[in-house]
Amino acid sequence: MNRMLRNFFMFVVYAYLYIPIFILVGNSFNGDRYGLSWKGFSWNWYERLFNNDTLIQAAVHSVVIAFVGATLATIIGSLTAIALYRYKFRGKQAVSGMLFVVMMSPDIVMAVSLLALFMIVGISLGFWSLLLAHVTFCLPYVVVSVFSRLKGFDIRMLEAARDLGASEITILRKIILPLALPAIVSGWLLSFTLSLDDVVVSSFVSGASYEILPLKIYSLVKTGVTPEVNALATIMIVLSLVLVMVGQLIGRKHKA
Amino acid sequence: MMKMTTNKFQKITVGIIFAWLIFFVFAPNFLVFIVSFLSKDVSNFYALPFTFENYARLFEPLYGTVVWNSLYMSVIATVLCLVIGYPFAFIMTKINEKYRPFLMFLLVLPFWTNSLIRIYGMKVFLGVKGILNEVLLSLGLINEPIRILNTEVAVIIGLVYLLLPFMILPLYSAIEKLDLRLLEAAKDLGANAFQRFVRIIIPLTMPGIVSGCLLVLLPAMGMFYVADLLGGAKVLLVGNVIKSEFLVSRNWPFGAAISIGLTILMALLIFVYYKANKLLNKKVELE
Amino acid sequence: MEQTSQTKPIVELRSLRKAYGDNTIINDFNLTINNGEFITILGPSGCGKTTVLRLIAGFEEANGGQIILDGEDVTNIPAEQRHVNTVFQSYALFPHMTIFDNVAFGLRMQKVPESEIKTRVLEALRMVQLEEMADRKPAQLSGGQQQRIAIARAVVNKPKVLLLDESLSALDYKLRKQMQNELKSLQRQLGITFIFVTHDQEEALTMSDRIIVLRKGNIEQDGSPREIYEEPRNLFVAKFIGEINIFEATVIERIDEQRVRANVEGRICDIYVAQPVQPNQKLKVLLRPEDVLLEELDENEKSSAIIGHIRERNYKGMTLESTVELEHNGKMVLVSEFFNEDDPNIDHSLDQKVAVTWIEKWEVVLNDENDNQ
Repeated sequence: MNRMLRNFFMFVVYAYLYIPIFILVGNSFNGDRYGLSWKGFSWNWYERLFNNDTLIQAAVHSVVIAFVGATLATIIGSLTAIALYRYKFRGKQAVSGMLFVVMMSPDIVMAVSLLALFMIVGISLGFWSLLLAHVTFCLPYVVVSVFSRLKGFDIRMLEAARDLGASEITILRKIILPLALPAIVSGWLLSFTLSLDDVVVSSFVSGASYEILPLKIYSLVKTGVTPEVNALATIMIVLSLVLVMVGQLIGRKHKA
Repeated sequence: MMKMTTNKFQKITVGIIFAWLIFFVFAPNFLVFIVSFLSKDVSNFYALPFTFENYARLFEPLYGTVVWNSLYMSVIATVLCLVIGYPFAFIMTKINEKYRPFLMFLLVLPFWTNSLIRIYGMKVFLGVKGILNEVLLSLGLINEPIRILNTEVAVIIGLVYLLLPFMILPLYSAIEKLDLRLLEAAKDLGANAFQRFVRIIIPLTMPGIVSGCLLVLLPAMGMFYVADLLGGAKVLLVGNVIKSEFLVSRNWPFGAAISIGLTILMALLIFVYYKANKLLNKKVELE
Repeated sequence: MEQTSQTKPIVELRSLRKAYGDNTIINDFNLTINNGEFITILGPSGCGKTTVLRLIAGFEEANGGQIILDGEDVTNIPAEQRHVNTVFQSYALFPHMTIFDNVAFGLRMQKVPESEIKTRVLEALRMVQLEEMADRKPAQLSGGQQQRIAIARAVVNKPKVLLLDESLSALDYKLRKQMQNELKSLQRQLGITFIFVTHDQEEALTMSDRIIVLRKGNIEQDGSPREIYEEPRNLFVAKFIGEINIFEATVIERIDEQRVRANVEGRICDIYVAQPVQPNQKLKVLLRPEDVLLEELDENEKSSAIIGHIRERNYKGMTLESTVELEHNGKMVLVSEFFNEDDPNIDHSLDQKVAVTWIEKWEVVLNDENDNQ
């Protein structure tokens, strides 16, 4: 009896988490515009989606930002992790501290602060402000991912390389990078997803010159029902799923 | 010669890192801090003189109430997450190890999709003509559709929806580490199930509880889009207030003050977390 | 006045059965423990000794049979309501409470008034000499100190029975010896029944009034330490406790009520056997290393005793331990000789030829049984 109750409870929670997603996906194929009843299978909305230029453009922009942002964040983040792991320098605490602040700060606090920065310094709101903001909030996650992996290394292996005459850059390229690769990749994937997912920070630091998806969707759903959004949502869900699967597979392959 | 290259490389790397963090983390936060002490200026966003007025306003009835009201939805959402999340995490620890990774994966998967989209799905679900009402009507549990949208309840439902996994994960982590032998010892000494829960389980999982609350409460306060989509114009979260102060009223100082307020709250919670951990971890060596 | 502990049974296990799925740990298990005893359940890992303890404590539910505690059937009563307390192998002290609160926990569950709690807790701490640690947290104490607190936490509740599950196994050698003595005197002081579980036979011999030797859920022998050591009832018990030498013997004929003439490892001699025997019956003659006597022989000397050669010798401070290889079949015999006034300088050289005999009547004779454990 207890077990049944237990399983029922778990099922209800999972249902709660997934029902809205199923609704979106279902409705994207639903002939009925309002999604209130099933009116036959249809690719209609996907067609409309691909014809909706502004929406597509916003989607492309988002992906570009996510891609470039994730890459930059991964580079800087990995270097940071390596530096924290290998080098001695004053201000290590400060670096970890600031990374911690970024990770723990509510999105809105960070959004506000970056907006203030951009306005005061004079960076106009558009591609660059978005990019810089996204890289910033993705950084700590990459650092954590790579650093954890580095911690698992035997440090003597690196000392042996040094002893054999390898320069720092060589050590980096030939030893650290390859071994840390899974963590770097998962850091990239995580950053990509966080960037695509972001609503709060983007609302504050983006401008009309470079429209991105969340804000476009926002305006669409506020005003009325646009079933193209369902199609878009479904595509994004599938994309996320694929990314996560890829991440898992890479992680599993490199379980050295 | 080799040493120089190494050193140079190190210097450059550390330099970049420092520069980025100082410029994009330290400076912005510092700026906000300064701005919160300035005065309102519609055209320039902020102006001298320095003043404490913004912070005082937080406690004033007119402005303050809006902020404090918005706080309470987030708090309720957090409590709900705790009430649902704790048993969930507990049950998870009792489930066969084989299934756990998959279940955890399922739990976290929605997180990988855009939260805005998921809220939109929730909006459709809760609507007057939405699935929830349809199901309830057809089951005969209600006679006419309930209006959930555009109420605080909808916002709370939305917040819990997005943030529940963030409560479950740290709770699960803490409960899993619970030493079952301590529960046996408590049984041995005469404690019944309720006493074991209150005196042993809760204190020992406290770091997880605080962690979870931290991960839920703070975002819950900032997610203005949930309020926008599910709550309508009248229902506001702290995030909405901040947003409107910055982007609509152009009252940057006040917005900054609220933001700093949030930051202080975060610091407080982190402190509580630290204390809860200290209660369990002791660092003094003896003998 | 001589205090005879009321030999009324305090714990009775009747036809007790416990199984996990297909794996039956104990079946039809019967045991009576008397009030005031220090009894040890001894056995190799997997024999079920911890299971028995946990059944008495209430952490496991019996699949059959009864558990009677001080006359009351507690088989279906949950652990928190039984008047027994356990000292856990891992101490299981509550990390988030002070030592005082740890020890007071049981009393608080019993709703004892706070004033009384204070007195009793301090008294219990005094008994284990850790009064000044009352305000510390468990992590600040050493292993041995935590052990003593675990004991204090259990005894402060004045349980009818104290259960100790391999409680000393985490301590280093010296500390362990010390704790064994402390536990023994504590038990005498309190008069509570102690049920101790261990796989360390030396520990069992040191502390107990009575030992139960368990193997695969069956009681192999139940007796005092001396009985278990000097009169093992079967090969398993003999081998499990201390070192033992096993000589093969074949019966020739019975000489009188007590003695039987037999061929023991090639030598004809008389052994003391109580049970009835048949000619040509195979027997095992058991001898502890300290019961074996060695006499040095010249290489050419003949003797009617069992002949062997010293292959190893180890000086152990109090004793000289030697390994002798029997000439006729290469069997290795362990011998332990004490240094004393009569023989202050015993020493053997390697490969020395020796005659192996033993002190009359000190041998234990068992039936030839299958040796598999």
